[in-house]
Amino acid sequence: MDRKARDAEWTDLMRSAIAGDQAAYRRLLSELSPVLRGVVRRGFAGVGVPREDVEDVVQDALLAIHLKRHTWDQTMSLGPWVMAIVRNKMIDDLRRRGRRPEVPVDLSEFEFEGEDQQASIDAHDVERVLGRLSGKNRDIVQSISIDGQSARDVAQRLGMSEVAVRVALHRSLKALADTYQEKKL
Amino acid sequence: MKTDDLINALAADAKSVEPPIARTVAIAVGVGALISGLLFLWALGVRDNFAESMVSSLRFVFKFVLTLSLAIPAYVLVRGLSRPDFEPGKKLWWLALAPALLLVAILLELVSVPPDQWHARMIGQNAMACLIVIPLLSLAPLVAVLYALHQGAPANPAIAGAVGGLLSAGIAATLYASHCPDDSPLFLAAWYTIGTVVMTAIGALAGSRFLRW
Repeated sequence: MDRKARDAEWTDLMRSAIAGDQAAYRRLLSELSPVLRGVVRRGFAGVGVPREDVEDVVQDALLAIHLKRHTWDQTMSLGPWVMAIVRNKMIDDLRRRGRRPEVPVDLSEFEFEGEDQQASIDAHDVERVLGRLSGKNRDIVQSISIDGQSARDVAQRLGMSEVAVRVALHRSLKALADTYQEKKL
Repeated sequence: MKTDDLINALAADAKSVEPPIARTVAIAVGVGALISGLLFLWALGVRDNFAESMVSSLRFVFKFVLTLSLAIPAYVLVRGLSRPDFEPGKKLWWLALAPALLLVAILLELVSVPPDQWHARMIGQNAMACLIVIPLLSLAPLVAVLYALHQGAPANPAIAGAVGGLLSAGIAATLYASHCPDDSPLFLAAWYTIGTVVMTAIGALAGSRFLRW
């Protein structure tokens, strides 16, 4: 599939996702993550960034895509917006390492070739942050992410309402993103 | 945690999407302007000959042309700057509109007023009030626009904050212009400008500090 067709597909998926289509959203994120991995790796080529650090940036970018998706203008295509997010996160990461924040990602001519199809590996940052959440919130995030349970299952097991589980999940995801922020200060 | 696990969590949170950022910016700026407007009407109010001046004084009308030529482009820019993929580029030149208009007005004033009156026109009657009131009336719109930008994802936090500061000063100056007895472009250039520069600097500082994401 060429770049244009792919961007059009992503754009459709994100429109559906924002309208509440969870399956479309999952598919979009699954398609985006190897592309992001490829972009980050190529952007960091020559900088000597360890593999799990690349994955940290990918996860940071996915969290930002999630928490900032209301900043995407639905009349525009999604690709340049995604690339702007990942570029920002790469620059942040380089700043943290005390390097000159020069990232060769051209927003107008982003490429999808050379994406990394290797399965994702463990990243440290999210794991570390999970430890800081309260016991119940950590349980909720882990059950839904690692064990792949639904919010309803978790709600039943913990004797909470499904809404409360969703709220706790959302807050925990914000906390994860904030922790990336703290590292920058 | 593996990225695929994170995606599980993000997908489960699919329904948490916030309102479009352009709407948040519009509401925030509207609320900020409303607060300052009410504060202004309560503490100062428009000047007594407001209606008469609107039809008889070109200088008075120009004050609003000037402040709105700053506020409106600043608003449109801030709305864009709240998005990560917005590239301001040449659009930043819109902000040159107000200084350009002011320059033309200053030249016309210098031509039409005898030189021995230039100084008095520039100093005006109430420069101190102008210096104090414009930053004060800027506060509510500035906080509101910074809040909205914080909900957004500005690619350049300092620039977004600075343009937010300009916008807040443009709103405050529009309000204050209807009260201020001094209408000469020489007065505007000397005193309105100071408040605007101060708010822009505050906005830039606050932006670089609070608008990272």
